Amino acid sequence: MTVRVVRAAVAAVTAGALLAGTAACSAPSEGGGGTGADDSLVVGVAQEPETLNPLLGYGKDGNSKIFDGLLRHDADMELEPALAAELPEVADGGRTYTYTLRKGVTFSDGTPFDAEDVVFTYQTILDERTNNPSKGELDALADVTAKDDHTVVFELKYPYAAFAERTVLPIASKEALEGKDVNTAPYNTDPVGTGPYVLADWSKGEKLVFEANPDYWGGAPEVRKLTMAIIKDDDIRATRLRSGDLDAAILPPALADTFGKDAEDTGKRVIRAKTADFRAVTLPTANPVTGDRAVRRALDIAVDREALVDSVLNGAGRAAYGPVPTDSPWFAKGTERRHDPERAKEILDEAGWKPGGDGVRRKDGRRAAFTLWYPSGDRLRQEHALAYAADAKRIGVDVTVESGTWEVIEPRMKKDAVLSGGGSPADPDFDLYPLLHSSLALDGFNNMAAYDNPAVDRALEEGRRAGDRDARAEAYATVQRELAENPGYTFLTHIDHVYVMDDAWKDVTTQVEPHDHGFGTGPWWNVEDWRPAK
Amino acid sequence: MTVPATTKTAEAGTRTPPRPAPARSRGLPWAGMARLAGRRALAAVPVLAAVTLGAFALAAASPFDPVRQYAGSAGLRASQDTLDQLRENLALDGPFTEQWWRWLTSALGGDLGWSVSLRQPVDQVIGERMGWSVLLCAIAFVLAVAIGTLLGVAAARRRGGWLDRCVTGAAYVLQAAPPFWLGLLAVWFFALHLGVLPAGGLTDFGEEEVTAGSLARHLVLPVGVLAVSQLPWFALYARQGVADALHEDPVRGARARGLRERTVLFGHALRSGLLPVLTLIGTRVPELITGALLVETVFSWPGVASATVRAATDSDFPLLAAVTVLATLAVLAGNLLADLLYALADPRVDLEEM
Repeated sequence: MTVRVVRAAVAAVTAGALLAGTAACSAPSEGGGGTGADDSLVVGVAQEPETLNPLLGYGKDGNSKIFDGLLRHDADMELEPALAAELPEVADGGRTYTYTLRKGVTFSDGTPFDAEDVVFTYQTILDERTNNPSKGELDALADVTAKDDHTVVFELKYPYAAFAERTVLPIASKEALEGKDVNTAPYNTDPVGTGPYVLADWSKGEKLVFEANPDYWGGAPEVRKLTMAIIKDDDIRATRLRSGDLDAAILPPALADTFGKDAEDTGKRVIRAKTADFRAVTLPTANPVTGDRAVRRALDIAVDREALVDSVLNGAGRAAYGPVPTDSPWFAKGTERRHDPERAKEILDEAGWKPGGDGVRRKDGRRAAFTLWYPSGDRLRQEHALAYAADAKRIGVDVTVESGTWEVIEPRMKKDAVLSGGGSPADPDFDLYPLLHSSLALDGFNNMAAYDNPAVDRALEEGRRAGDRDARAEAYATVQRELAENPGYTFLTHIDHVYVMDDAWKDVTTQVEPHDHGFGTGPWWNVEDWRPAK
Repeated sequence: MTVPATTKTAEAGTRTPPRPAPARSRGLPWAGMARLAGRRALAAVPVLAAVTLGAFALAAASPFDPVRQYAGSAGLRASQDTLDQLRENLALDGPFTEQWWRWLTSALGGDLGWSVSLRQPVDQVIGERMGWSVLLCAIAFVLAVAIGTLLGVAAARRRGGWLDRCVTGAAYVLQAAPPFWLGLLAVWFFALHLGVLPAGGLTDFGEEEVTAGSLARHLVLPVGVLAVSQLPWFALYARQGVADALHEDPVRGARARGLRERTVLFGHALRSGLLPVLTLIGTRVPELITGALLVETVFSWPGVASATVRAATDSDFPLLAAVTVLATLAVLAGNLLADLLYALADPRVDLEEM
């Protein structure tokens, strides 16, 4: 018995040693995955999609690789037709959108694409049994019908000028899904789309591999194999990019700069994408300190946004005065606020917030103090929060910074401030309405500050209803001016998203990016159009 | 380590160990072993029921909201109506006892349910991941037992010698080091600093197929870390057991009969000295699973353990219950294995009394 045990142990050790030996031997000879080959691209990203089913929310902002929307955004975020043959006809005062569909398009399983697929996609998302957390984005939609095989009509509940921007939403195949439970169908991991790529492999938590769709209606992509490697840790992603495992990656600005310095030698380039991705402090109306307009206005000019951009963002970002970025065509010129702590102190003095013994102001016996929460683990928001608290302290407002999960923060956000984030570049309505309209106060995480300003409400509704662009621009300018007068949020920064990639492709661009960055953002938003730089 | 080269030839003639007691030669006590296994299987039923109920209770008490986890970042823009509808659709309402009962009845019918966090059927999650976890744990455990025991025995031969001091010292240090810390250290040193081994995953990103060579390369760090975190226990137990046995009567008797030191060690001291190690094999299984949990997370190893972490943070009841059952079964099987090995190795132990 003993001998048998010992023999078995010896055999096991030998086997283990052999295995370790082969492993060590094979280590140096094999290169990484990112070979810089002309037709493949390995991209390192931080987040993995939960599902690849557009009915459950995948790719709702476009550029989904495996699907197409009726429309899509070009590099300047202008709409252009995709599965639709042309831009929609808007009738009935902005309540009816009619799309004529592209002919001859097929899904990757060979079945033809037609109006039934469009109707199925939108109706399924609106179905209350479908577990799509983003379905609220289609709130305006009352009904969608197929007029014929190639014409789809959307009827809206109210005139909604931004509706066409929502129709970048990917179209799923009715044939592949009909009669199945969309929440659990294998389609979630094995999708069938019309897009430039098809899913070849998904190893959860590790990578997704896409292969070019040779029959793509827009022409087969030249990047024939696209791998999205999921690497949560920034340092590991940077190292694997440096070692050649990856061809491209998203990185924090400080890490990306280490590539920028020796760009000539490494053949890498650093790309900074402009975004609508803002960070802001909510100032709850129900809290007597943050609900006071004088405190709001004082904080708004006491915070040094330029210093935040330089120190917290390493220069990769811009000062924010509202959800609309300063370089957006929708931005209301003249609503920028200068950093002016002296004026801030005057505002507080005039409003009766007098300095107390401990350096914190008081009014009617109440200390000018509140708590500011940030989601734990989010270093960027933590640094924003701490800088904000430091600026507030200089004018005599005591901000206590705390961290917690969203579950902890949610019950407190009626009274406590939150370092929030967001940003959808496609249309100003997408950010401004849920952030500022009083009807959405504390509805889920919408309008977390419970901002309530009748002038803003009216302008927001006008912005939705107005058909022509100038009238909308005027409405949103009103919103931004009102927000400057009564800043229910202190907007701090719009942060750039920074990418590093091999300089092997030409005409690489970025779009203005939203807060949530998935596969649809980054320089590879239109990887299907890339051509090798010879 | 310090065995003279001559022993190899000298030993050739005496390879047969000293005859065990005559009773042993009648073969393995199959019937007794089967009865023990049967008794344990029956005892496992209430244990499993209680453990899964406990898992549901803990998940219900956790501060994480499964609906929020399901909705992800989209949940931060969703209206309250949408979130309420999701909660209803995902059947997440009702007390945990009700959810547990729903799960239990359908699991007994063969349907393990749907994993909300991974959006796959639970049996598919486990089917896809089980193999990788078993591979990782099995290799690491065999390495830990083998190398740990060898080091322990070597250390016990000369107590207080330099090898003993090194092994004991290193074992105490490693025992105190948490596996995730060892894992991060290994990633930093081998993957980031030296760049000789991959930092995680099953394969390189460019590869679609899992090839043996690439798999072996990706196995080295996780297996190494897991083995190193388990090894100290075996080394220390083996050292203690063998060192004690070397002072017992049978060894003294064997030495008095003039038997070779090597025969004394392998034939007499190991036989009784390694009994605690056999027990340890069973009792270390829970630690192995905990270690795998951390190691799989650090190395993005696509095994069951990393799915467990996800299930726990997402309050994914069905997946959590299934992995808890698996872990419980592994622990019970480990205990059974230890008892069986013990009974086989020690003729004084009666299977019927266990």
